[in-house]
Amino acid sequence: MSAHSPIDQIEQPASFAFDEESEAEIATILAKYPAERKASGTLPLLYVAQKQMGRLTGSAWVPRVAMDEIARRLEVAPIRVYEVATFYLMFNTRPIGRYHLQVCTTTSCWLRGSDDVVAACKKATGIAAFGQSSADGLFTLTEVECLGACSNAPVLQVDDDFYEDLDGPRTVELIEALRRGERPTPGPTIDRLDSAPAGGRKTLTDSPAEPG
Amino acid sequence: MVKVTVDGIQVEVPNGSSALQACEAAGKEIPRFCFHERLSVAGNCRMCLVQVVRAPKPVASCGFPVAEGMEILTDTEIVRKARRAVMEFLLINHPLDCPICDQGGECDLQDQAFGYGADHSRYQEAKRAVTDKYLGPLVKTVMTRCIQCTRCVRFATEIAGVPELGAVSRGENMEITNYVEKALTSELSGNLIDICPVGALTSKPYAFTARPWELKRTDSIDVFDAVGTNTSLHVRGSAVLRIVPRVNDEVNEEWLADKGRFAMDGLKHRRLDRPWVRVHGKLQPVSWQDAFVAIGRRLDGVAGERIGAIVGDLCDAESMLALKDLMTALGSSNVDCRQDGAQYDVSRREFYTFGSGIAGIEEADALLIVGSVPRQEAPVLNARIRKRFVAAGRGGFPIGMIGEPTADPTYRAEILGDGPGILADLRSGSHPFADVLKAAKRPMMIVGHGALVREDARAILAACWALAVEVGAVGPDWNGFNVLHTAASRVAGLDLGLLPGSGGRSAAGMMSGGVDVLWLLGADEFHTAQIGAQTFVVYQGHHGDAAAARADVILPGASFAEKSGTYVNTEGRVQRSFRAVMPPGDAREDWRILRAFSEVVGKTLPYDTLEALRDRLAAANPVFRVIGGRDVAGVSDLTGPAGDPAAVSPAPFQPVIDDYYQTNPICRASPTMGECSRIYVHPRTVAAE
Repeated sequence: MSAHSPIDQIEQPASFAFDEESEAEIATILAKYPAERKASGTLPLLYVAQKQMGRLTGSAWVPRVAMDEIARRLEVAPIRVYEVATFYLMFNTRPIGRYHLQVCTTTSCWLRGSDDVVAACKKATGIAAFGQSSADGLFTLTEVECLGACSNAPVLQVDDDFYEDLDGPRTVELIEALRRGERPTPGPTIDRLDSAPAGGRKTLTDSPAEPG
Repeated sequence: MVKVTVDGIQVEVPNGSSALQACEAAGKEIPRFCFHERLSVAGNCRMCLVQVVRAPKPVASCGFPVAEGMEILTDTEIVRKARRAVMEFLLINHPLDCPICDQGGECDLQDQAFGYGADHSRYQEAKRAVTDKYLGPLVKTVMTRCIQCTRCVRFATEIAGVPELGAVSRGENMEITNYVEKALTSELSGNLIDICPVGALTSKPYAFTARPWELKRTDSIDVFDAVGTNTSLHVRGSAVLRIVPRVNDEVNEEWLADKGRFAMDGLKHRRLDRPWVRVHGKLQPVSWQDAFVAIGRRLDGVAGERIGAIVGDLCDAESMLALKDLMTALGSSNVDCRQDGAQYDVSRREFYTFGSGIAGIEEADALLIVGSVPRQEAPVLNARIRKRFVAAGRGGFPIGMIGEPTADPTYRAEILGDGPGILADLRSGSHPFADVLKAAKRPMMIVGHGALVREDARAILAACWALAVEVGAVGPDWNGFNVLHTAASRVAGLDLGLLPGSGGRSAAGMMSGGVDVLWLLGADEFHTAQIGAQTFVVYQGHHGDAAAARADVILPGASFAEKSGTYVNTEGRVQRSFRAVMPPGDAREDWRILRAFSEVVGKTLPYDTLEALRDRLAAANPVFRVIGGRDVAGVSDLTGPAGDPAAVSPAPFQPVIDDYYQTNPICRASPTMGECSRIYVHPRTVAAE
């Protein structure tokens, strides 16, 4: 799998400008760095651009013109932004679907059944392989490395939200809900609070004895 | 200084040196790919591993600083094993296509695989393949061969100042690319070919032409600008197949501008290879004797002051002196080496040379550029300015420019104004940059031909000198007054006095009917329509360019590759180049043509050999006695050049080069340069096609 297709094979928008909401975020971000070190803002600004694309076009990706705009703002060569954007897999340098399904298949998730999650994603969306988008343009399926939620494996990240403790049927259910335009509450999909034991507390179940 | 032991040899190296430098000081060769003396240290190829006693594992010597008493071992089993392992990793994805690779025979990977490579591969999986990138008409890419040393990225960013290359993506997918399929916009892009240790970046025009071991190498001097870059002409049979730079730290370090590297295919096109004489309005091929007789007959009865000569930009000092001697013998003082109409004060060498020297740029701490675009007029020299700019750090080397640059200078320069009027403000101190110059210990000033080809050139020169004196740019121990020339022949021409004598006419005067017979020695950079219709034109040169078409007699001469010649660069450094190939057909070395002709008109020049002519050169001006060297001296006499500093006109400076790739007859005959011109200078016409 090549994470980044050659630039000339992707249809790129002709222009990009940050909107008001993004501008406000940028102002906050750039205030954190000394003026001559503002190149440090590359990563946060890429996030801002990607989020804005998601907000305005329904596809959260960073087109080349957006990277050029970031380079102009930060006074660095455009290639320096391309390098960063293509290095980190969190940035999509080609258009993606409305929902970005990122399945973790690293050891913990794999041991806890991430294969079922992958199969359910493919079945529910009709996507044939990682890196592809569904025919209706709603979903893009990506294989990611450890998301750091091993205690709630297997995990599926939809855009910025973690859906945890999944299995095949619950994954299908989640995708159907997304398709209906709902956003189920992120977190464990089984009866547990965050990473607490399933089914409720296992220890400290008694109230401590009254001091006597 | 730090004392280090390398394989039992004790060496002393400066503080902050790397282990690799210490090893080199001890005479140990350390294999390397990513490390390059003139680039920043990347430390990513791991080939330079050495063992440091008491270090837990082998260290990459290129980025490992030495410490007092450190013991380095470069030839132990651990080192050999480590390097073999690194080599095995490098070769995992490197194709075994040496037989069809242009780098074959001069490939660092090939050479080092000979030392550290295994005789077979243990790698069974699929090799990685990378799509080739488009970097323009000069650099060919075969990216599957890339070992990702990032030398090219660092060269483009640090030396050339065009941060267009980068490493995108990561891990197995990492690729060196410019990401946008756009030609590299640098006049130094050819150096990527030299800097690439493998066959990923090779020369596009030279692709599949020859193997390095087939080539005969001849030392030469680049004549396409006035830097005097030291080059080596690589020849097979009668053809110059490529030109590569030689290392000369005082001049070009190890860089060569694209024009000097790639324009040589122009040597095979539009050549003048036999004498021609115009009969009834049409040029007819004739023998040398007939051509000489035709000129002799025309000269018969023409008074000396009605004869004139103009020399071009690519001429060697020998032929210029021979021409001047011939003109003197014919009784003419109409000689001029300034076909662009530039004005100089030649009373002292400081007024027309690059006083600080090119290496001297690195000692300067402020720079004022007047009427010059160094990036186009002298790309290699511009790289030196950038080097100084980068080394000085933020604000350490302030640069002011008078005259709008036509291209990004590759360093931060403050545009002070567009015309020489600003010089008065700088002198009076009303412009803030005057304080910058005054505060500098070694300010320097570069005066370009944008300033010197104007009507008010003498006034500008005088004003610049006066400013230089006032801000301390010239003094007993520092000469920061620099004239940047664009023509390789110019300084030699001025040194030899190829200027109108008393009562003599300048180039413009000769053209506008001032002479009846006009001898052009490779002079092409003007509109031939300027030459009076009645003027009898003799064109002696190597290319059938505009002036040859206007000529009444054509004498085929030799190009820089076909003659041994002496050139004086903009610093006033006298350098010699050697003959690499024979001139084509009946063409001859230029000084021999002039010597032979002088005999026909009964004014035999007093030299029969090149040695005798060179003795005459040294007699004409003692600077020609020292080859290669250059006196670095301050200025003891602060009297300025002739001219009234107040007489400058406010008109903006005009660039002297509109098309970097088409500045002389060889470039204009070169298909490669034509392609570059189309892509870089006239991109809009390409898009329209």
